[in-house]
Amino acid sequence: MTDPTHPLRKLVTVITETSLERDLTRELEAHGVRGYTITDARGRGEHGSRSSSWGHSGNIRVEIICDAPLAESLMQRLRAKYCQHYAMVLFAHDVEVLRPDKF
Amino acid sequence: MALARYLLLSGGYLRPAWMLRDIYRVMTTQLDPIVLFFVLGLAAGVLKADLRLPQPIYEFVSTLLLLSIGMKGGIELARQPALAIAGELVIVVAMGCLLTLLAFAILHWVGRLGRIDAAAVAAHYGSVSVGTFAVGVAFLGRAAIPYEPQMPLFLVMLEMPAIIIGILIARGLHAATPWGEVLREVVLGRSVMLLLGGLAIGAIAGSEGLEPVKPLFFDLFKGVLAIFLLEMGLIASDHLGGFRRHGLFLVLFGVGAPLLFAAIGIGFAQLIGLSPGGAILLATLAGSASYIAAPAAIRSAVPEANPALSLTASLAVTFPFNLLLGIALYQQAVEYFYG
Repeated sequence: MTDPTHPLRKLVTVITETSLERDLTRELEAHGVRGYTITDARGRGEHGSRSSSWGHSGNIRVEIICDAPLAESLMQRLRAKYCQHYAMVLFAHDVEVLRPDKF
Repeated sequence: MALARYLLLSGGYLRPAWMLRDIYRVMTTQLDPIVLFFVLGLAAGVLKADLRLPQPIYEFVSTLLLLSIGMKGGIELARQPALAIAGELVIVVAMGCLLTLLAFAILHWVGRLGRIDAAAVAAHYGSVSVGTFAVGVAFLGRAAIPYEPQMPLFLVMLEMPAIIIGILIARGLHAATPWGEVLREVVLGRSVMLLLGGLAIGAIAGSEGLEPVKPLFFDLFKGVLAIFLLEMGLIASDHLGGFRRHGLFLVLFGVGAPLLFAAIGIGFAQLIGLSPGGAILLATLAGSASYIAAPAAIRSAVPEANPALSLTASLAVTFPFNLLLGIALYQQAVEYFYG
């Protein structure tokens, strides 16, 4: 990879059940995450079609930008807490940010 | 009438041809045309047609329904002595608890579901469905049968106990159960807030005060219900696939439980001394299964339960059954017992 022009952070993306939203955001805040973005999502996976057509049948997609150690510990924590019983997809990649002090 | 006699009393000498004819007659003469919107949604979903209502529409439409049901009850309730109803509420809650335990017993010991899954499904069946109740209200309106104004209050009271009992059976008095969260989810959930809010607004404002909003909430009630049912048909079709995975027992339970529970509901209605209209609605409530409040609460409190079991039974079997046949059947049964 060529040298990035801007500082690197991790973008952690969590795709999970809408019904987890409240619990999950509380968990994020307790874990020291300073900000996140949630969007409604739909799709299909191991738990069948998540059509998002009503109340709790949908998915949300939560995006968090943070530094690498926090991203790692956060993902371990979410995996331990939710992955056994809830539909959840977790991944992270490097992103360049303009204002590193913000994340 | 004949149909109720068949299903309730015929026991040994069921005559399928007559029964089919009676079912057909009920469905063509007594079925509220509004139910056809549900059938349309179901068909569109099964055919994978390009029909999909955005989620905000579902939320808007169900908000309107909850508020109108609440307000309608509130207007009438304000004219009644409040204390007289307190005793009835206790009995209705007791009925909710009884139905949950009964559902659990059937699912666990007859259906051989594990304790956790049986408890989760039982929570759905002990709790109630606002959509089914709304169709019951429309049914009574069409047949011009009066009913007690406290029915929406019964609806509110029945939502919660089943969920709590279901969680208790699944978890025991486990310290880790997020009770605060569960209660919050149910008590501050949309349906309870909007129903109780509507009741309060109706009681405070009264019939004249609500005259300006009447066109939206009361005149449009059936139109709104039609859109709601269209969406419910689409949602139910999403869950039809659950049959293949979860088998015949769930289908039998999804049809048998409402019949049995509605009969118990009629018994409780007589105990309270409800009018025939009230008895039909209480039977409808008892025979209905939750698909909004219970799934949300159970999902967060009992995550290891399989949500597909409850949703398949309640959305794909019990809800359509009550709509297409159940409510008309409960009316006939009530007529029989009250007649």
